[in-house]
Amino acid sequence: MTPASAIPTADSGTEERAFVVPRWRWLKKHPTLIVGLGLLSIVTVLSVAAPWIAPFDPQDIDPLARIQPSSHEHWFGTDALGRDVLSRALWGGRVSLVVAFSVSMLATVIGVLLGLTAGFVRRADAIVMRFMDGLMAIPGILLAVALMAVIQASLTTVILAITVPEIPRVVRLVRSLALTLREQLYVEAAHAVGTRLPTILWRHVLPNMVAPLIVQATFVAAAAVLTEAALSFLGVGVPAQTPSWGNMMAEGRNFVVVAFHVILYPGILLAVTVLAINLVGDGLRDALDPRLAKQL
Amino acid sequence: MGYLLRRLFATLPVLAVVAVIVFLLIHLSPGDPAALIAGDLATGEDIAKLHTALGLDQPLWKQFALWIGRLASGDLGTSIYTQVPVTELLSQRLEPTFSIAAITMLLTIVTAIPLGTLAAATAGTWIDRCVMIFAVLAFSVPVFMVGYLLIYTFAVRLPWFPVQGYVHVADGVGPWLRSLVLPCVNLALVYIALVTRMTRATVLEILHEDYIRTARAKGLGALAVLGHALRNAAIPIATTVGVGIALLIGGVVVTETVFAIPGIGRLVIDSVQRHDYPVIQSVLLVSAATYVLINLLIDLSYRLFDPRIRY
Repeated sequence: MTPASAIPTADSGTEERAFVVPRWRWLKKHPTLIVGLGLLSIVTVLSVAAPWIAPFDPQDIDPLARIQPSSHEHWFGTDALGRDVLSRALWGGRVSLVVAFSVSMLATVIGVLLGLTAGFVRRADAIVMRFMDGLMAIPGILLAVALMAVIQASLTTVILAITVPEIPRVVRLVRSLALTLREQLYVEAAHAVGTRLPTILWRHVLPNMVAPLIVQATFVAAAAVLTEAALSFLGVGVPAQTPSWGNMMAEGRNFVVVAFHVILYPGILLAVTVLAINLVGDGLRDALDPRLAKQL
Repeated sequence: MGYLLRRLFATLPVLAVVAVIVFLLIHLSPGDPAALIAGDLATGEDIAKLHTALGLDQPLWKQFALWIGRLASGDLGTSIYTQVPVTELLSQRLEPTFSIAAITMLLTIVTAIPLGTLAAATAGTWIDRCVMIFAVLAFSVPVFMVGYLLIYTFAVRLPWFPVQGYVHVADGVGPWLRSLVLPCVNLALVYIALVTRMTRATVLEILHEDYIRTARAKGLGALAVLGHALRNAAIPIATTVGVGIALLIGGVVVTETVFAIPGIGRLVIDSVQRHDYPVIQSVLLVSAATYVLINLLIDLSYRLFDPRIRY
């Protein structure tokens, strides 16, 4: 082989790969992403299908079958009121997933609006950021607990109470990205030709933020699932009759010594869900932009 | 000295914002705060009386000014439920919470920094992978779940530690430490995960710097090289430890509930159930102030790590 013919082969190794190689092989390079997505799909399917696959009604009380260990009839055993732990655990996933999705969407949307305002409107910058500093200084769970103390407990209010402490993290990220993007030539050029600010933000700034925002949103989602469970566990979460993983564990804590299974199974499901979301976040970060590793 | 003052002043706006948020919190409720505090059994007269007692009939800005004025003189108000001054309530509960926080922090620093450095030094090997898997896991399992696992294993199955409760340090250092082992390990796991990840990322980046290559080239041993790297990684690590304080304070609330420890975290949860707003507001204020203060101290400590920093 002559040196001349060696050059195109070397080229095809790097240049053509992007065109020829199918998408799944790109995924294959990121095993954490695959494992995370896989686990998350399993949890999602199980939760969505809960009404059809749950062997019992999650609210059905059976006083004769209280605190029973795993059996053929009740795979995960029963709780203190004789309710089927498996059925409740399947239904409980719905609460966690709804919370994860809503909180990450809400926090991202509000965070982007405030962050862009801080990054592009010089007069608003100090006000928005001092407010965020203040919010950040109050520990998240404490703030959520305090919010739940003044508002009526429901799924919506829980979502709001978890969202508020998450907003500053998104705002800080968006603002720091905005400060760099603001100085980019194409943004200055757009300004120069008289493009209006909202158009610049929508057309030129936001698209360049999508990757870090998605990654951040997954981390917010993971934190939200944990906070929701913690709020329920502390007795200030979604109403107690709603089967949620946090509520199941809160009720089970009085029987920990005799019936560990009541908190074990929802706990495992909760941990797997959070782990899955975290793995998706880590995987996406590495896949989309490895430079983010230290920022997020 | 001038720098110290300037930094101190810079914390004022943050604390002011915290005060506004905490003050407005109680007015956020859709109903009458007085009715909320009085509870379901209160009569209209009770509520009206409470209304005046709390100064709720005054305009909002006046209420805020009065409240801030009292705060400035160190008066955090009186608990509605126990009728005891909040400062007294807090000081009764301070010892357990402070003990947990201090030991957890110590545990974190002596575990997470070596662990993160080890992972960075062995990046890509199975040791690194094990450390990272631990870090992701510790971040994903709910604190209270781990707490109960610890109780079940090390207090019920193996009777090494008390199941729950807290022993005051005045009743003996041994029993005090024994009652703190499980709660602190529990709480430290999340914190260790956070600091380990940050340490690994920072040290890994520094290990690629030119001066590290030079140090290696002149024949410096692996440990000494890591020492160089760690010293340069100190500032990001310290910053993470500071930001993690919020996580720590939040975690204390959960851990104290799991281990039935009568600390400040438990006080908040009890107060929420009793609608005891002055206590809730005070705990929020005090924790935010602690967070700001510790982060200020960390900021000021940067010079210890890096003498090139001049204020």
